[in-house]
Amino acid sequence: MSIDATTQTAPAGDVAVRPLVVDDQVNQTFRVHRSAMTSPDVHRAEIERIFAKSWLYVGHESEISNPGDFVRRPLAGRPIFMVRGVDSGNINVFHNSCTHRGALVCRQDTGSAKVFSCFYHAWSFDTEGRLKGVPDRDAYAGGLKFDELGLKRVPRVESYRGFVFASFDPEIVDLPTYLAGAKDYIDLVIDGCGGNVELARGTNEYSFTANWKLLVENSIDGYHAQSTHDTYFKYLVSIGTDLQGGVKGRAVALGNGHAVIEYSAPWGRPVAKWEPLFGEDARDEINRLRADLVSRYGEERAHAMSEVNRNMLIYPNLIINDIMAVTVRTIFPSAPDRVDVTAWQLAPRDELPSLRQRRLDSFLTFLGPGGFATPDDVEALESCQQGYAGGGVEWNDISRGMGRGPMANDEEQMRVFWRRWQQQMGSAAERAGAR
Amino acid sequence: MTAAATVSRQQVEDFLYAEAALLDAWSLDEWLDLFDPDAKYEVPCNDAPDGNPDTDLLLIDDDYTRLKARVVRLNSRRAHREYPHSRTNHQIFNVRVADPDEPGEIAVTASFTVWRFRGGKTSCYVGKYRYRIRLSGTGFRIAFKRAELDMSDLRAVSDVAIIL
Repeated sequence: MSIDATTQTAPAGDVAVRPLVVDDQVNQTFRVHRSAMTSPDVHRAEIERIFAKSWLYVGHESEISNPGDFVRRPLAGRPIFMVRGVDSGNINVFHNSCTHRGALVCRQDTGSAKVFSCFYHAWSFDTEGRLKGVPDRDAYAGGLKFDELGLKRVPRVESYRGFVFASFDPEIVDLPTYLAGAKDYIDLVIDGCGGNVELARGTNEYSFTANWKLLVENSIDGYHAQSTHDTYFKYLVSIGTDLQGGVKGRAVALGNGHAVIEYSAPWGRPVAKWEPLFGEDARDEINRLRADLVSRYGEERAHAMSEVNRNMLIYPNLIINDIMAVTVRTIFPSAPDRVDVTAWQLAPRDELPSLRQRRLDSFLTFLGPGGFATPDDVEALESCQQGYAGGGVEWNDISRGMGRGPMANDEEQMRVFWRRWQQQMGSAAERAGAR
Repeated sequence: MTAAATVSRQQVEDFLYAEAALLDAWSLDEWLDLFDPDAKYEVPCNDAPDGNPDTDLLLIDDDYTRLKARVVRLNSRRAHREYPHSRTNHQIFNVRVADPDEPGEIAVTASFTVWRFRGGKTSCYVGKYRYRIRLSGTGFRIAFKRAELDMSDLRAVSDVAIIL
């Protein structure tokens, strides 16, 4: 629906006059027009200009360790699957559609296979995407061009430290260039976990009625923690966590729309900050992990790995939050007011069972659809989306912390996202285009 | 005589219906009183209904301390997702009673649907309950409750903020 009450059509070249994102450096205010969250035109433009033009997280290499292992999941609404090639050992990402008449060729979410057969007419493809079998091929008088009828690859696939990304844009810059300053923070997370990580079994897949960008903001928002998550902090106090230190830190722009907040926080971290809740038994192991990190990376970096929490946005829609546990979360819009969330837990592969237990506990107590915090975030974001429907208030204010070295509970990290969003959206980020 | 032989399915059903009534009435303190202090309450992820809390990520893995914290949270006005509370209807079917490994306990499996209505939204949770129930002098006590969801994901219901 349209929030814009005026009927005038913006003349060409009016982008600077009526943009959806108003970054006013003179008055230190930053505003986002709420039609950015409600307009079907904006949603369509986002699919074309952002999700078709970015590197998108597909999955983790540990999900397909062995040749033939595959996972299937939608990528920005498009059915794709990722498979470890039996011949090449490479990670292949294919459009999940038979090149004959279109049916899905991969019809399970996870598994291992040597051949993907389309059940409709029994065309079959190998794990490298090559067309291998067509029944009654003599029926094709001109002969079937097998090399042209292999599974269609998603144009670009690259991975960084185990995170597999794909892009529908053949011309996009290489992944390391795209990740820019985020690379170093991914290194911190992975090196901090000992370098060898896996996703724990068990996936959080949930959706709710709000625009996807609200969850992007929320995932890196330090400001809301105390008010929205009061019951979680009360729980921490009830089990003996000392909240005196509070949550203190800063926001950092990482380039290309990526941003991170890094901050000290009162809760323990399985790597490698002990707290009484973890029990005396875990103390030695955590101290050992910590000493190991110091010897490998030096005191300063080991401190960052062990004591500092990170909520990171990899633009446009990947969140890696290294907090009381490490969560990897993708955020995709299925409609202007509907968001699909998928979240996993990342953990060291050879973690001590007692620490894995603590990590799992820490994760699910705070995070996820059954945790003490995530449901209240869902409530907040649905509440915002409902608030936009009235149209009486046209703008969100995201000015907090402008003009000072941005702190973790400021909003600079969201402004970083919105500036890049506006840049990519171009003319679609005008109020006239937001119907 | 085994534990299962000493109780009838009807007694077990009556107990489960009474538990459901407490949840539907949001009498959570009384509901918590049904649990023994070493009890657990688990809800596995949709894609790993056999999930093991020692190694796998679950949606909910509450020991008694955390279960109590869950009740405290849901009783407060600051559990925003559940303030105001949903109206719920916990329904139990296909109840089966067996002996578990522990003496003095019975193992109960059942099917459930839990309907949740709030702010114009309807959600329905479908799955299987697994209980271990102890027979004490004062009646039944819950030693273990697990709700395994049959839905392939939580897209339609958003969260598990209520107790299943």
